[in-house]
Amino acid sequence: MTRIPIVDYLVLEPEPHLRAHECTHCGARYFGRRNACASCGGRSFTDTDVATEGEVEAFTIVSFAAPGIPVPFVAAIVDCDGTTVQGNLLEVEPSPEHVHLGMKVRLATASLGEDANGDEGITFGFAPIDQGSAS
Amino acid sequence: MSDDVFILGINMTKFGKHPDKDTTDLGAEAALAALDDGGVTIRDIDVIGAGNLLGGPGGFGQMLQKQIGQTGVPVYNVQNACATGATALRTAIMAIKAGEAQMGLAVGVEKLSGAGLLAGGTAKDDDGTWTPSGRYGAITGTDGRIGTVTMPGTFAQIGMQYLHEHAYSGAEFELFARISQKNHAHSTLNPLATYTEELSLEQIMGDFMVAYPNTRPMCSANCDGAAAAVVVSGEKLRTLSAEQQARAVKVRASVLTSDPWAEGCQVLPDVNTLTRRAAAQAYEAAGVGPEDLDLVELHDCFATAELVHYDNLGLCEPGGAVDFFESGAPYRDGSTPVNVSGGLQSKGHPVSATGIANIWEVCHHLRGEAGPRQIEGARLGLAHVIGLGSACGVHILEAPAAA
Repeated sequence: MTRIPIVDYLVLEPEPHLRAHECTHCGARYFGRRNACASCGGRSFTDTDVATEGEVEAFTIVSFAAPGIPVPFVAAIVDCDGTTVQGNLLEVEPSPEHVHLGMKVRLATASLGEDANGDEGITFGFAPIDQGSAS
Repeated sequence: MSDDVFILGINMTKFGKHPDKDTTDLGAEAALAALDDGGVTIRDIDVIGAGNLLGGPGGFGQMLQKQIGQTGVPVYNVQNACATGATALRTAIMAIKAGEAQMGLAVGVEKLSGAGLLAGGTAKDDDGTWTPSGRYGAITGTDGRIGTVTMPGTFAQIGMQYLHEHAYSGAEFELFARISQKNHAHSTLNPLATYTEELSLEQIMGDFMVAYPNTRPMCSANCDGAAAAVVVSGEKLRTLSAEQQARAVKVRASVLTSDPWAEGCQVLPDVNTLTRRAAAQAYEAAGVGPEDLDLVELHDCFATAELVHYDNLGLCEPGGAVDFFESGAPYRDGSTPVNVSGGLQSKGHPVSATGIANIWEVCHHLRGEAGPRQIEGARLGLAHVIGLGSACGVHILEAPAAA
C-alpha cells in the first residue's frame, strides 16, 4: 500500500511537510506548477520546505459546501513563518468558541481512505498546538 | 489634455426574480431605458461595452443589438468577474477618451435567481484511484479539504484577517452582523432592491450560518437584474439640449486595476491592495479626497467585505475601519453614507450588472432624483466594485452644475 498526498506540495516523508517553489531571484513562494514568477517575472525556482508550525491569521467555519464535503469544517489561513498557507483546521471543534485568531497550530495529516488499488490518500490540515502538554 | 466624459443616461432594472425575462430581455430593458433617460437613441451610439458572465455562449452584446438596434458599431463583450459591469462602462469611456467614439453604451446583466453558491468547487470525478492531476497534482477536489474557495468563506476570511491584523478584541460576529443590519435598514427606501425588509440583529445573527461569521442575510443576494449607462464626450454634450446637459453627471475618475503580487495573494485573494491602488489613482485623477465624498457605494458582497473597504477606500484612518463604523459615519445620516442603496446584501448582486447599478445609485443622488432616500445636497460620490481574481473598478462622479 502506498500513501498518496492530496496535492504534490504535501511531502509525507520523512515527516509530513509542505514544499513550496521559491523564486531564485526574489524569493516569492508558490504552491503548484509555475510558468514564471508573478512577483518579478523570474523563471527559475527552487524547492523549499515550509515551516510546519504557524499562526491562524484568518478562519471561517463553512457549513455550506460542495457535495461530499463534511460540514461544518474550519477553513483557515495560516502564517507559517512568513509563508501563507491554506488548510482546514483538524482536531478542533468547528465552533467559534474553539477557534480563535492568532491560535498556534501545527501541520497534521488525515486519511482520505483507500482507492481501488488499496493506496491511501492523505490530506493535510493544521491542528492546535496544545500549549499545556508541550513538555 | 483629454476631454471630460459624462454619464448622459443611466438605468437599472428592478433587482429580484424575473422568470419571464431572459438575459437579453433584461439587458434590453436597461439599455433602452438608459437611452431614453439620456434623450438619445441607439443610432447615436458609437460603441457598446457589454457585460455578462452566465448567459451562455455567444456574444451578449450582439444578442442585445439584435433586439434594440443592429447599427454595425463595434461591440466589446467583456468579462471581469463581479467587476464586469464596471469594465464594460470603462471600455466605453476609454473609447471616448481615445477619440474613437463620441457616445457609448455600457450594459451589464445577469440572471442568477436560484443559482446557489458560486465558485465552490465540486469533488472531482472519481475513477476509483487516487491519481494526481492539474497544477497542484491534486488527487481529489481540494475545495473543502484544503480550506475553502467558496465566496462566503473567502470573504469571511478576508474580514477576519483584517480584525487579526488590527488586534480587534471585540465580538466579531456581532460587529459584522451590525454592518449588515445597517445595509438592510437602508434597503427599506430602495424600491428596486431585491429585499427591502429591515432586519433586527437577532434575525441576522440567528439566520442560517453560511460561513462564519457570515449568515445568509450577510451574503449578497443572488438575483436577476441589469443596468446600463450612456456615456458621452464633453464635446458632444455641448451640442445637446440644456435639459440633457443639466442632468449629465461628470465622470471625475474612472479606474480599473488588477491585483499586484503580494505574499499569500495566491492562497487567499488580496482584495485590499488593488482597491487601495484604484482609490489612490481615482482620488488623484479627480483631484479630491475621501473627505470630499457625499456618498459611497462599495462592494459589500459580504458583510465581512464592507469593513475592509472602509479602510481600502481611505474613508477612515489606516486600521480604523471598526472605529469608522462604530462612529456611525457610514449610516445614511452619517458623515460618509455607505451603501444607501441597501448594498449587495439587500439590493442583490446580479454579478455583471452590479458595477453599473452602483453608479446608477450614485448618479441618482447626484441628480437629486433619489426620492425618499436622497442624500441631500450630494455633489460627489464614489462607486467601487471588486471582481475576485481580481479586478477593481472605482468611479468618482460629480453632480451636474445645475442640480
